[in-house]
Amino acid sequence: MPKTTEQSNVKNIMIVGVGGQGTLLASKLMGKAFVEKGFDVKVSEVHGMSQRGGSVVTYVRYGDKVYSSLVEKGEADIIIAFEQLEAARWLPYLKPDGILITSTQAIDPMPVVMGNAEYPQDILPSIRAMGVQVIDVDALGLAMEAGSAKATNVVLLGLAAHYLGFDKEMWVDVIRSTVPPKTVAVNEKAFELGYNAIA
Amino acid sequence: MKTLMLGNEAVARGVYEAGATVVSSYPGTPSTEITESVSKFPEVYCEWAPNEKVAMEVAFGAATGGARSFCAMKHVGLNVAADPLYTASYIGVNGGIVIAVADDPGMHSSQNEQDSRHHAIAAKVPMLEPCDSAECLAYTKLAYELSEQYDTPFLLRLSTRVSHCRSLVELGEREQRELRPYKKDVMKNVMMPAMAKGRHIVVEKRTEALRAWAETSGINQVEYNDTRIGIVCAGTSYIYAREALGERASYFKLGMVNPLPIQSLIDFARHVGQVYVIEELDDIIETHCRKHGIPVIGKLLFPTCGEFSQAVVREALLGEDRPFHTFDKPVPGRPPVLCAGCPHRGLFYALKKFNLYVSGDIGCYTLGASAPLSSIDACVCMGASISGLHGFNTARGPEQAKKSVAVIGDSTFCHSGVTGLMDIAYNKGISTVIVLDNSITGMTGHQNNPANGMTLRGDPTVAVDLEALAHALGIRRVTVVDPFDLDGVCAAVETELAAEEPSLIIARRPCALLKNVKHNPPMAVDAEKCTGCKSCLKAGCPALSVHGEDNNGRGHAIIDPNQCVGCEICAKICRFGAISFPDAGKGNH
Repeated sequence: MPKTTEQSNVKNIMIVGVGGQGTLLASKLMGKAFVEKGFDVKVSEVHGMSQRGGSVVTYVRYGDKVYSSLVEKGEADIIIAFEQLEAARWLPYLKPDGILITSTQAIDPMPVVMGNAEYPQDILPSIRAMGVQVIDVDALGLAMEAGSAKATNVVLLGLAAHYLGFDKEMWVDVIRSTVPPKTVAVNEKAFELGYNAIA
Repeated sequence: MKTLMLGNEAVARGVYEAGATVVSSYPGTPSTEITESVSKFPEVYCEWAPNEKVAMEVAFGAATGGARSFCAMKHVGLNVAADPLYTASYIGVNGGIVIAVADDPGMHSSQNEQDSRHHAIAAKVPMLEPCDSAECLAYTKLAYELSEQYDTPFLLRLSTRVSHCRSLVELGEREQRELRPYKKDVMKNVMMPAMAKGRHIVVEKRTEALRAWAETSGINQVEYNDTRIGIVCAGTSYIYAREALGERASYFKLGMVNPLPIQSLIDFARHVGQVYVIEELDDIIETHCRKHGIPVIGKLLFPTCGEFSQAVVREALLGEDRPFHTFDKPVPGRPPVLCAGCPHRGLFYALKKFNLYVSGDIGCYTLGASAPLSSIDACVCMGASISGLHGFNTARGPEQAKKSVAVIGDSTFCHSGVTGLMDIAYNKGISTVIVLDNSITGMTGHQNNPANGMTLRGDPTVAVDLEALAHALGIRRVTVVDPFDLDGVCAAVETELAAEEPSLIIARRPCALLKNVKHNPPMAVDAEKCTGCKSCLKAGCPALSVHGEDNNGRGHAIIDPNQCVGCEICAKICRFGAISFPDAGKGNH
């Protein structure tokens, strides 16, 4: 049987985190930005039960023509993790040469809280030791500095902007036109702090 | 200009553009956003009905009255609405009616993985299946045209990955339509045996006419590439197959999954080498092909359980997988939990102390089954907590009734719990039922319901008086408690379990996520008072954890101030007075 070929220019991004962390806004902002750049886009979200504090994942795919809405193991160009354990959980979805952008935040899941499981130590160093490019940031801390813990998602987007290939101004425009007017200032600052978090 | 829209939003747009004027639905993941999105168009009347049966009957009544109408539900909702569907099929329509039903392969938020195509076949109702948002919009509008042309209700089959995926959609204008005139027609609209016999014949002919339409209309798209492999598929399975195989295969993409074409499938099979049927859930297309002599391979290679992806197709047909890294230590699971400040937590914590048989139901509170609350023994379907408890207690005798309760939310109680409670009263049961009244339909993302005094669009309306309703059903013992008042809950449960007659306890406090609910400031743990006993963790609150090496290595509790809303449940559980509001104590360490 013939081998498949990679779809030429489709990029795969995954946003992973804990239900309630605001992963959906990040994917919405990205989807909007890629559409403005003229790409075909698919953004697959999770609603319902797992949103209640469970592990959540959103897939963003863009390119000339996108068929599937899912990203599978070994396919993600970038994973943006809102929490370290979730970075570890979804690591198999990253291409071996993909980039992991992650918040340093750690949230104990219920089995760990109850003492039935252990939160792994040294998650990010372990992943780096595999040769994966890991970019980490205290996204929650920077979000608080911007004025709201809820802006964690925009801090991470600011950091990710370096790897998504578009200019900074476009992202700021997309944020301005998407978030509620009352939160524009906080989100702009959050984006700036995230963007400047790496040299 | 193309817009990025959820499949559900695109269906809503299709309903709007088709000129529909009446929408009635009951929320259910992954279908809920359709009705919420339509409700943003003021031209369309939209309501939440108490359940899917009522919703479909309202929509069908509107169609009989000459309007284009719509209702949406999740797969299991169609079981509830099956009764009107099967006979509406015989009657047909005046104005067109489209019924969207969203399956949940992989069970992201459902209690089973049923395939709604079975209902389409059994009810003899045609069904379209879109694969992305653009098709959601186009197929919805097409379904209205066909509904009126072929005089039939139309089903639109969605799935989690179509409903909750954003993709590009081109918007159109709303069609301006007049209400069709209503003419009395007993032979068509009154289904008694004499009339129904005639209508059944009409239904069978209609199915064949639609099958003929499917053969030639272009609703089923054929794409010839490499002809050594032929793929027959629909909806999500098409996008996974197209992604995985690209131009290395030819495709027969079904747009209409009931009735299925015959001749065009035979023709496709003649033009390709081996035909594979790729379909999530059951082997409906595969069985159809076999029945008509087309040699296909389907479930031999593809699973019946769970959802598909391009990786599933790649592995099954090409034996390929992609290299990837794996984290080298065990990664603990992160199951969903009741939110910090959830009113259900207090109730479940209190119930756990009684060690009861708890008959559960469908909603956020089903999460009370998970550790550490572990307070639920059964969960079947909407409303089954109450009727199931009556059966359980009838089988095991009156002593069991003193050691068991049913728990059901306000929306679920209105959906189909009322009839179960009526059954208990009528048949002299003595069971105790607890309604968890949080003033909202929670799990599906905050929809109003008949018990909370607000319509779908948030306008004030009458609210079901649950206490008066229980009295009217014949339940004399009705108690209202605050689930945050642990002592009060325990006292009520103890009293009502002992009573020799049926009781209703209403645990009333609004959902912590509602915008109008005021929160307390976050609480904090005094590490010097905390002994590290971990009693507070038994409430299963995501804001609480234990860290540190003090207290002989047991550590001390910590409260996450970003999550805590000051419900005080943990403070009430703590025997050492270690948890308090920071301004009154020493604060978090």
